[in-house]
Amino acid sequence: MTRPRANPRTLRACCVILLAFLLAAMELDGQERELRVAAAADLKFAMAELSKEFENKTGVKTDVTSGSSGNFFAQIQGGAPFDLFFSADIRYPEKLEAAGLTEPRTMLEYAVGRIVIWAPATITGDVRRKGWDTLLDARVQKIAIANPAHAPYGKAAVSALQKAGIYERVKAKLVYGENISQAAQFVQSGNAQRGIIARSLALSPGMKDGQIWEIPAEMYPPIRQAAIVLKNAKNKHAARAFLDFVKSAAGRAILEKHGFAVPGNG
Amino acid sequence: MTSLWLSFELAGCVAVILLLLGAPFAYWLAYSSWRGKFLLESIVALPLVLPPTVLGFYALLAMGPHGPLGRLWISLFGHGLAFTFGGLVIASVLYSFPFAVQPLMVSFEAVDQKLIAASAVLGAGRLRTFRRIILPLSFSGVVTALVLSFAHTLGEFGVVLMVGGNLAGVTRTVSIDIYDHVQSLEYADANHQALLLLAISFAVLCLVYGINRRVWTFPWKL
Repeated sequence: MTRPRANPRTLRACCVILLAFLLAAMELDGQERELRVAAAADLKFAMAELSKEFENKTGVKTDVTSGSSGNFFAQIQGGAPFDLFFSADIRYPEKLEAAGLTEPRTMLEYAVGRIVIWAPATITGDVRRKGWDTLLDARVQKIAIANPAHAPYGKAAVSALQKAGIYERVKAKLVYGENISQAAQFVQSGNAQRGIIARSLALSPGMKDGQIWEIPAEMYPPIRQAAIVLKNAKNKHAARAFLDFVKSAAGRAILEKHGFAVPGNG
Repeated sequence: MTSLWLSFELAGCVAVILLLLGAPFAYWLAYSSWRGKFLLESIVALPLVLPPTVLGFYALLAMGPHGPLGRLWISLFGHGLAFTFGGLVIASVLYSFPFAVQPLMVSFEAVDQKLIAASAVLGAGRLRTFRRIILPLSFSGVVTALVLSFAHTLGEFGVVLMVGGNLAGVTRTVSIDIYDHVQSLEYADANHQALLLLAISFAVLCLVYGINRRVWTFPWKL
């Protein structure tokens, strides 16, 4: 059997299409992405609003990548091209600073994370009234939290459970999300019946219909979150301006609206 | 090391299930003359091109209390399927399906039609022909299918991450454990496990390619 030969016209058409794709790709690449921000998963919704407002004010576009702070930390050490790093755990920017990978004196403690117990709206019983007892309900088989081995919200959840004196009783029911977003996804999809998640995610569009009980802040060490300008930032001026905006009254209001406690805001 | 052992258990279960499920399927794909066969072939190959996030996402939804699989499971066993070893096995079977079916299909197709016809003429039924003629002649395909589905499941990450819930001894496989070590900045521990996995994977692949090149058959041709 001889192989069918390609029609030269088809071939030419293919080349043209390929070229078009290449040009389109180059076009995208050449686009000025002015400020590149790596932001912790819990900031996803707040950051969308922050960057929109910032663009309205200054005309500078921001390109936000959302993910786990630990991942970003490793990537930044490997030279990832970000201008700004918003970490859910202050340890990471501190370590980057110690390693000389950041701009001096740019660290900003922008917020303190809060955790809540989240349950679907459909359950019987009032989560707000029951508080910790909602986790001890016999119908609760799985409780989603972020992985306490590395996620700050997971660590906070475990220490709050210990403080409440029920950690040993619920330990076998805990399932770990890779980050706080995934823990939220486990409980939102119904695979876990309760979750201890970031307040910022509990207030997000997909979850705000659920029942929420706020875990008292004194039951866990504060989840101190910090941002920093990176050494190999292309646009250091804009990065500093962005931090100034986050520090401003408008920026703080956005963070509070999205469930964060802002230091110095009482 | 429990996570490595767990990965082996998972990969072993998946490889055996896939061989049992994949063999009849591959047989049918290899010998059927149905015109719509290409549709099924495309479905079988889907996990090769779909990202684990897509499979993991649908698996998570399907296993939840509103999903078909989850509802069935809850009515049978009283608990959900996500975050269990069984859930991982089901998700991995889906994810590694082409790695079992394709080698089997290729080797079934390569069996000389005359031998199959001769077997039929001599009065053997289909099952007997399969057992006595096709299967022995497809030995390398069977080994390839077993080993590839084992190895692919061993190296699985995304799907396990999305439906596992990271439970020690239940769903924390070695790939998740390595990821956790990296996240916790324990690079030395991550390195130990990663190197071990690398060595095992290499050995497994050597086995497959060796069989296909008949390196292990006796007498050795050097």
